[in-house]
Formats: sequence, structure tokens, C-alpha cells
Amino acid sequence: MITLDDDPFADEVLADPVPLHRRLRDAGPVVRLGRYDVWAMARAEEVTQALNDPATFCSSAGVGLSDFRKETPWRPPSLLLEADAPEHDRARHTVTSVLTPKVVKTYRDTFAREAEKLVAALVARGEFDAVADFAEAFPLKVFPDAVGLPAEGREHLLPYGAMVFNGFGPRNHLFTEAMERGAVAREWIAEHCRAENLAPGGLGARIHEAASEFTEEERALLVRSFLSAGVDTTVHALGNAVLCFALYPDQWAALREKPESSRAAFEEVVRFTSPVQTFFRTTTRDVEIGGVRIPAGEKVLLFLAAANRDPRRWPDADTFDITRRAAGHVGFGSGVHACVGQMFARLEGEVLLAELARRVTTIELAGEPRPQLSNTLRGLASLPVRVR
Amino acid sequence: MPKVTYVQSDGTSRTVEATVGRSLMQVAIDHGVDGIVAECGGNAMCATCHVYVDPARLDDLGPLCSDEEEMLDCTASPRAATSRLSCQLPVTEDLDGLVLRLPEEQL
Repeated sequence: MITLDDDPFADEVLADPVPLHRRLRDAGPVVRLGRYDVWAMARAEEVTQALNDPATFCSSAGVGLSDFRKETPWRPPSLLLEADAPEHDRARHTVTSVLTPKVVKTYRDTFAREAEKLVAALVARGEFDAVADFAEAFPLKVFPDAVGLPAEGREHLLPYGAMVFNGFGPRNHLFTEAMERGAVAREWIAEHCRAENLAPGGLGARIHEAASEFTEEERALLVRSFLSAGVDTTVHALGNAVLCFALYPDQWAALREKPESSRAAFEEVVRFTSPVQTFFRTTTRDVEIGGVRIPAGEKVLLFLAAANRDPRRWPDADTFDITRRAAGHVGFGSGVHACVGQMFARLEGEVLLAELARRVTTIELAGEPRPQLSNTLRGLASLPVRVR
Repeated sequence: MPKVTYVQSDGTSRTVEATVGRSLMQVAIDHGVDGIVAECGGNAMCATCHVYVDPARLDDLGPLCSDEEEMLDCTASPRAATSRLSCQLPVTEDLDGLVLRLPEEQL
């Protein structure tokens, strides 16, 4: 078994994680990360296996570096993300009953109308920032609308998300800065998870209705999962999508020819760029993986992004190819903790990329893309583009 | 290895060797069978790996769990008494000769 001294949460690695992911996969099915005294898996087979074995690789000790059995989390643990069976089953079931594919489909027309409006305005401008004006603008409009949040205060969603996703990493400068920046957002978020602040008929109100067996406080925590998990992730996926199409114009041409394939294209963006890069699990027992024995009670870092580019699993893994059958990637996780909002994310990606493909012939960089460093997410802070 | 046949809605069919332990969804993906989308990768979250099972063989498959039950109400093509999600059906030796009809649409 190989020990690597790399810091997966160092700025330069977060800005370009691909080389480390390659080394991690090549080092073996299980690797030791000396710097944090944790284990790591980066190959598709082992990562998928661990995600699908929640009894061995549990989540209730936190899915970040911090071990909830030894440290107090910075916020009350999520009833979904940071929970195990049987408590997790109850919460998960409540949320899936509200987020079924059938319910998601009812938002299609609304999302499509918003996509038309946004893309028309951007095409008229010609030059814009594909992060602020496109990737953030769209989810920040349609998602809080769907949840039932008021128009005022939505600016708190991104700093809150940044706090959540940086909070899974070590206490580095990204963690500290995100906590400082997000401090004001915490109260607004907590306030807007309560039933009285959520519009009737919205997803948030529906969670409160579906979760009648939970306490008021627990119901608010279930809504909080929407606000934590539903915005930054989609924002990064959309920003990464525009960057991919700017860098690979042949793929843009392919999508232009078949805008109806935008859903598959979005899937490939998620595989290729993995907006959610990593999650931790904690072993509940001694377990042997690929000839390596991991003792009980240890943190294991799962590199979803590395698994999604594992050449053992994906032919031409490092090629962005929208015609590829990308199903089976772990960009949305896998197993009982697989992203519960994934059908929403797909709908957002599908309608927005289809609209862009119908209206825009070429996408060019109009400046250097700037990465937005995060301990968990991979995305951009800005992406100046010119469209025709 | 048990042989399983996937019949497209236009009547064309493919018979493939199914690895025991994989799901009937994974087998379809492994062999590039069209008509199974499997967006969520096998987590009973998308209802896009819907199949109609030969009624005579329904008993060879395990019972519906509550997740599958709920998801079957979300299929793009109509649900039938023989509807199942192929991601929830593990391949066993008993399934040799199974015929699955694929719905007209999955999305």
C-alpha cells in the first residue's frame, strides 16, 4: 500500500486536480494520505463499491474530514447527508416523495421559459461572464422559485453553499474564509427553512407537509438540505459546461446539430468535470479492499472525480465526448446517499444547454477563466465569453 | 450464463448473456442495448430503466420494494401490471430465457 504526501486540498491541486487524481488511481485501489492520516480511493470500482456499502462506509460521522464522533460539527448535522440507516431511510423517503421525476417534470415549462429569457438577453449582449450572468443567474432564479423562497435575500445562498462545501475539508484558508463570508447567511438560511417563510405549493412547503412525523426543527433541517445542496452544485456544473464547450468547439457543433441531446451532454459535463469532487466516509468495521485492510473507525476520502475519469472504467476517459453513454458515473454519488436532487439538476442543465445550442453558433473565451477554489467543489469564479 | 432478451418497442430484439449478480439494467448498458436510459445509474431515482416483464416469469423476480413501487408511478410510458425497474432486478441463473419488452419512451 502506498502513502502519498500530497495535499488534495491545496490551492494548486484544487485549481487543477486531474494530475493528482491520475497518481492516486495509479498508486493502487486504496491509498494512504499521510498529511491528513486518512485513506483514499480513486478508482471507479472501489469508489462505487464504497458508495454502495453504507453499512461499512457510513456517513453519520460526517462526510467531511471532521469526525463527528470526536468533534462538534459547525452546524447541526444534515438528516440526509450526515445520517445512516434507519434514521436516514425515513428522511430520505420523505424527500424523494417530494422530488419524484413526476414532480420534477411539472417544472419543465417554467424552466424552459426562464432559459429562453436568459439566453435571449445574453445573446443580445454578446459578451458576458458565463459564471455570474449565466451559471449563477439561472439556478438562482429557478431553484429558489421552485423551493418557494422570497425574491429578497437570495444572495445568501451562494456564500452559504460555499460554507457547506468548504466545511467538508480541513481547516485551511478556504474553510476559514468561507465561514467568515457566510456568517451572515446562516441566520437567513435557518429562518427560511421554516414553514412560515416558504411559499405555499413550493417544494419547501411540500417537504413540511410530507414530513409531518418529524419535529418542526427536523422539518426545517430537511428543507435546509435543498438550500445547501441545490445551488452551488448546479452553478458549477453549468459554468463547467460553458468552459467545456468553449474549449471543445467540435462538441459545441455536435450539440448545435442536435440540441435535443442536451441532456446527455449535461451528463457528460458532470462526468468529465465532477462539480462535486470528493466526499468522505467512515469505516464501521475492519474491511479489506484490494488486499488492503482498513481498520474500523477510519476516515476514507472517496474521489468521485477521479472515478469518473478512471480509464479502467471509461474508454478515452479524459476526452469530453457528448455522444458517450455517461450513465453510471458517480458525479451525483451512488447508492442510498445518491444526490436526491439529481433529476432537478438534469432538468436545469437540459433546458438551459438546449436553449443555448439553439441560439448560439460559437462560444469563445474573452479572457482567462478563473477557478473558484473549494475544498469539495470544482468550478469557476469567472468565465468571460463572447457568443455569436 | 443465463440468456436474456430485450425487445424494443419496434419489435427488434437482442439476446445477450447476462452476468449473474449484475442488474438487468447494467446488463443492458454493458451490451449497449438501446431503450434503457438508466440516468441515475441504478439508484431507483429516475424511472428511466423501465421494462415490461414476460407475465409468466414475474414470479422469478424478487418482490417490489417501496422505492421501486413509487418510482414506477413516474415512468414516461404507461405502467402495467408487468412493469419493473430493471436496475432493481439482479440476474440469477433462474432468469435464463427471460424476455423483457422495452417501453416506447423512458424520459
